[in-house]
Amino acid sequence: MQVMAQVAMVMNLDKCIGCHTCSVTCKQAWTNRTGVEYVWFNNVETRPGQGYPRRYEDQERWRGGWELGRRGRLRLKAGGRVRKLLTIFSNPLMPNISDYYEPWTYDYENLMTAGPQQTTPVARPRSLLSGKDIRISWSSNWDDSLGGGPELTRQDPVLERVSEEVRLEFEKAFMFYLPRICEHCLNPSCAASCPSGAIYKRTEDGIVLVDQDRCRGWRMCVTGCPYKKVYFNHRTGKAEKCMFCYPRVEVGMPTVCAETCVGRLRYIGVVLYDPERVLGAASTPDPKDLYRAQREVFLDPYDPEVQGAAERAGIPPDWIEAAQASPVWSLIQRFEVALPLHPEYRTLPMVWYVPPLSPVVDVLRDTGHDAEDAGNLFGAIDALRIPIGYLAELFTAGDPGPVRGALQRLAAMRSYMRAVNLGDPPDPSIPAAVGMDERDVQDMYRLLALAKYDERYVIPAAHAEAGERLDELACTLDYEGGPGMGGWGPFGEGSGGVTPVAVETFHALKDRQRTGAFVDPADGRRRVNLLNWDGRGEAGELLPQDGDAEG
Amino acid sequence: MKTFLWVIVPYVSIVIFVGGHVWRYRYDKFGWTTRSSQLYESRLLRLGSPLFHYGILFALVGHVIGILVPQRATEAAGIGDPIYHVLAISLGGVSGFMTLSGLAILVYRRRTVGPVFSATTVNDKVMYVLLAGAIVLGLLATVFGNALAGGYDYRESVSPWFRSIFYLHPRADLMAHAPLVFQAHAISAWVLYAAWPFTRLVHLFSAPIGYLYRPYIIYRSRPQGLGARPIPRGWERADIRPRRQG
Repeated sequence: MQVMAQVAMVMNLDKCIGCHTCSVTCKQAWTNRTGVEYVWFNNVETRPGQGYPRRYEDQERWRGGWELGRRGRLRLKAGGRVRKLLTIFSNPLMPNISDYYEPWTYDYENLMTAGPQQTTPVARPRSLLSGKDIRISWSSNWDDSLGGGPELTRQDPVLERVSEEVRLEFEKAFMFYLPRICEHCLNPSCAASCPSGAIYKRTEDGIVLVDQDRCRGWRMCVTGCPYKKVYFNHRTGKAEKCMFCYPRVEVGMPTVCAETCVGRLRYIGVVLYDPERVLGAASTPDPKDLYRAQREVFLDPYDPEVQGAAERAGIPPDWIEAAQASPVWSLIQRFEVALPLHPEYRTLPMVWYVPPLSPVVDVLRDTGHDAEDAGNLFGAIDALRIPIGYLAELFTAGDPGPVRGALQRLAAMRSYMRAVNLGDPPDPSIPAAVGMDERDVQDMYRLLALAKYDERYVIPAAHAEAGERLDELACTLDYEGGPGMGGWGPFGEGSGGVTPVAVETFHALKDRQRTGAFVDPADGRRRVNLLNWDGRGEAGELLPQDGDAEG
Repeated sequence: MKTFLWVIVPYVSIVIFVGGHVWRYRYDKFGWTTRSSQLYESRLLRLGSPLFHYGILFALVGHVIGILVPQRATEAAGIGDPIYHVLAISLGGVSGFMTLSGLAILVYRRRTVGPVFSATTVNDKVMYVLLAGAIVLGLLATVFGNALAGGYDYRESVSPWFRSIFYLHPRADLMAHAPLVFQAHAISAWVLYAAWPFTRLVHLFSAPIGYLYRPYIIYRSRPQGLGARPIPRGWERADIRPRRQG
């Protein structure tokens, strides 16, 4: 047995209100640059809907991910190595910018410079690619909240797989939001597709990264990723993707999307797994068994044998402890309410989802029934084939069993906890009906409903010694006016030396978030950093004091 | 003048070519890319890019056979002069035509597709002129110098001269009497080579042959430091694994 650690995420879809805060903060942090205007490391899709880029789930067209060959061997759906090299000059399976959207800005200057005229001057949309006027006809969220009506919604590739009758009823019945980031798969097909070998999975935390110095812009990763979460920076000619905010995760902070989620629906934790079992699990013949197969790749952090193997593999003890306290592990393995997104792509994704129960509850309430009664809910889950069928296409390759099981456990929790909260005697038969005991339900309720920051994000810091902190602080000085600050170098965007990834001094930022003091502890008494100044304390140190005249 | 054109220019160009690549690889790994514009437009690219690239790869093979391999070697392999010329002119013509038409499509695309045009740098434009110049002159040399004008045997002048450069015993006189079109093609090529390391053409040296042999999934350990900086001396990571007792 080999042991590796993976930092993974679970999102509780019941709580997502589709506010896009995660997308916006992520964009501000990472893709607020030329060349990646259209890039959303995190996006929130309305389901049913086409997603971003449009219809990315139609693998008959885009051919992302893996498939099984005739003899049961795993191979890239878009074709093997030779085929990749032969089509390297023009990748026939790469989405065009129109499948994403042409990024634009507005000609605001016209508002200021237009002369006197009868009508109000307007700011016309201008393409950020060509600089010409454009007509905006699509964007990353054009069908948000079923906008655009049934015509757009019906083109959802997942909906197309659900039966006709279901499709017609569906739009009336059911809608939810699906936030997506890179899945940081155990078996990443983007990495396997990269001719240069620039995409790699980190051994310490399983984060999948693009080595910007080795990427040569062959674009095969964009095709290889079935989730279309590798993007091509059209200015630098390099692939970019969600990197799980690794500069933050390395110091024990959650990703930007998780940190800023207003619904607090994201959970981050460590999962131990056996890399030797990955290929076998990904080659499971029946796609419906992939969910179960992937769970068998995970290792129980309480098992002493696993702990010993982890120690031998060099996994530090605090990581093993974190794996035991991992909310991700609990939701996937203990409560069995989290499910993987599209396991049939055979990449073994590591961002899992708690399927939404609220739509079922809503339908039930609209029919006048008691929507939190266990019997009613169980009945509704069985009767509402539409959402179950759709969710199964999304999370279990079409097998309704695990989806029904997860929803029933969520329903059991609701009705059991209602009794507790109302002071009625709790009914132990409700958890028993879904194979849980009362403590399980209480724990699950705590994790899903109450869990505080430190329970939702159990992220052990990467091991680096104290001197590193000074090193990080030095980074910002280097960064100021450094290479990559904008404009074209002699060989294209940002050419030249290394730019530190850690734009913010993450150690210092973490300290200030947990400190009771008024001023950023990193700044001490000497100066106030106006860029970070959030109004706590005074900016008085900005001005020279009487005694400081010697400087 | 003879020495300048056929001795100094080649050596200067080779030094810049080699040194430039080494320097650029060390200084600018991040800028080392194809800078593909497929994201903007793929219909024309789908036609033009393979035409151009396969054409120029064929042309490369042709040049290796025609210039690097001595006449004696091909004759020893049983390819006589007439056969060689027919092959060289036909295959050279075809690959040259492929390259040129591919290039024409790509230049047309670059000029007419708005986003592609906006993404074109001055560096690109200079590179296109040099590249197109070398290709057109090469094709002219094949068609007019070789095929129509009754066949000029460059393997008795141009090729030995080219090889002599690498023997460090340059024979400029061989080249001085070659037809003008061959001379022009050679000079344009040297200029192109001198510019090569500073353009996007460097992606030639990234041809991902290793992809055929490497494992699909690559695991890499996090670099020693946090962030992108190299670790300064004295700050190396300590071994954090618990030591076993006994």
